[in-house]
Amino acid sequence: MPETVLTTVPAGWAVLAGIVLCALAFFAAALDSALSARAEGAGRGGWLAPAWSTVRLLRQRRRTVVTADTLLLRVGAAGMLVGSFLMVAVIPLGRWTLADLDVGVVWFNTVDVMVWALVWLAGWGANSVHGLVGGYRFLAHGLAYELPLMFALVAPAIAAGSLRVGDAAGAQDRLWFVVWMPAAFVIFLIGVTGFSVWGPFAAAVGADVAGGVLAELSGVDRLVLQAGRYAFLAAGAAFSVPLFLGGGAGPFLPEWAWVVVKTVVVLAVLVWLRRKLPVFRPDRFLEFGWVVLLPAAVAQDLVVSLVVVWKG
Amino acid sequence: MVAAIVFWGLAVVAVAAGVAVFVVDSMARATYALAVSFIAVGALIILLQQSYLGVITILMMVMEMAVMAVYMVMFMGMNPALMPMDMTHGKKTAIGASAGVFVLLASGALLIPWPERRGVPAEDLTNALGMEIMGEKMLVMAVVGPVMVATIVAGVVLAAGRTRYDRLGDDLRRRPADDPQPGGVGR
Repeated sequence: MPETVLTTVPAGWAVLAGIVLCALAFFAAALDSALSARAEGAGRGGWLAPAWSTVRLLRQRRRTVVTADTLLLRVGAAGMLVGSFLMVAVIPLGRWTLADLDVGVVWFNTVDVMVWALVWLAGWGANSVHGLVGGYRFLAHGLAYELPLMFALVAPAIAAGSLRVGDAAGAQDRLWFVVWMPAAFVIFLIGVTGFSVWGPFAAAVGADVAGGVLAELSGVDRLVLQAGRYAFLAAGAAFSVPLFLGGGAGPFLPEWAWVVVKTVVVLAVLVWLRRKLPVFRPDRFLEFGWVVLLPAAVAQDLVVSLVVVWKG
Repeated sequence: MVAAIVFWGLAVVAVAAGVAVFVVDSMARATYALAVSFIAVGALIILLQQSYLGVITILMMVMEMAVMAVYMVMFMGMNPALMPMDMTHGKKTAIGASAGVFVLLASGALLIPWPERRGVPAEDLTNALGMEIMGEKMLVMAVVGPVMVATIVAGVVLAAGRTRYDRLGDDLRRRPADDPQPGGVGR
């Protein structure tokens, strides 16, 4: 198995990684509002709408609710953005990485589990019925997508024989994992949309509960939580590149450019899919997750294990 | 030097968050104070170069606390979970017991003659630790795992109020099943 040589860059480069992540998150938000504008017949506008709402939210005064638990509310809202930065720390950009963690895949999983706490805290802290309902909806979705996601993460780790993200990328020099682990890839993307509270998993912020977790959030709190959702979507899309899409492999362009290109494509697909799929009802999706997705992920792991054993 | 500062910082966070569990008057705060304490302990384990164990500790504990929050609010009907409350009870006994245990453990840690390190740490510490704990018993563990899962499933089946005959009819042929909570795959 070829060793990928990753260079761990000095911590100062984290600023650049943060800027790239924010740019990707902004791209996702801009693409979404552009698609919205087109769907509503407003023509080609909408690309700059996220910038205007950022400015508006920065100027907006914070509303507060009687006996809101402000500490938990702020932790929940701001934590989403912080979590997405923690997630990209282990994603190699071509040959460079911020942290070449020997358990990078588990690190990714740990950060995505933190979203469980953060969304619930944001819903709870607001001391509002709609917020709490939203928080519980998220946890119900979490119970449905998290275990399939964990087993989907196992597949590339088994094939690479390592929990290091760089090793997973390096083990795909002949065949990308997505080709022979399609089920794991799809379930991984379902998990990414899940922990980003995005598209089919947006019931926690649904309009039918007045915005759910977002119901009482205003100003900067609302901005960081929304930005965190897009940033998580971008981070999850970026993580699929070393895990399933061959990392920086590709002709002509340098490796870092391929990572960015693949990330943008996956991210664009995830954003585009939002209009194609209904919101999954948490109670309905729970059974789907456990009866369909979980066995599919375990079967995928079995296939991968057999191939690895057979190839010796 | 840096490691020592990080160690003491994390240790203080772990203990302070642990104390906070019993000081705060809200169950949500208590739950997540406990989570913060566990996260600090997980980071301490990472500091011992057991990255897998450390990261997995953080993962498990955060998830556990999130699930605990669900049950806490769901089952505490009258609602200490929503109103300010005191997280302690049986104070004198509890304080006495915990102070006694602390003195015992701390004096043990301070007074025991610690052995000198022999040899060098293994290349892959997590693997070495796993071999040390499991060793030749791995096959036993691999067998016990499915048995435990089967026990859990059997326990749930026995405890459930509704049986498969309630769901699928007397001849088990009713489709879709008669579930109080409709599922997502239309069985």
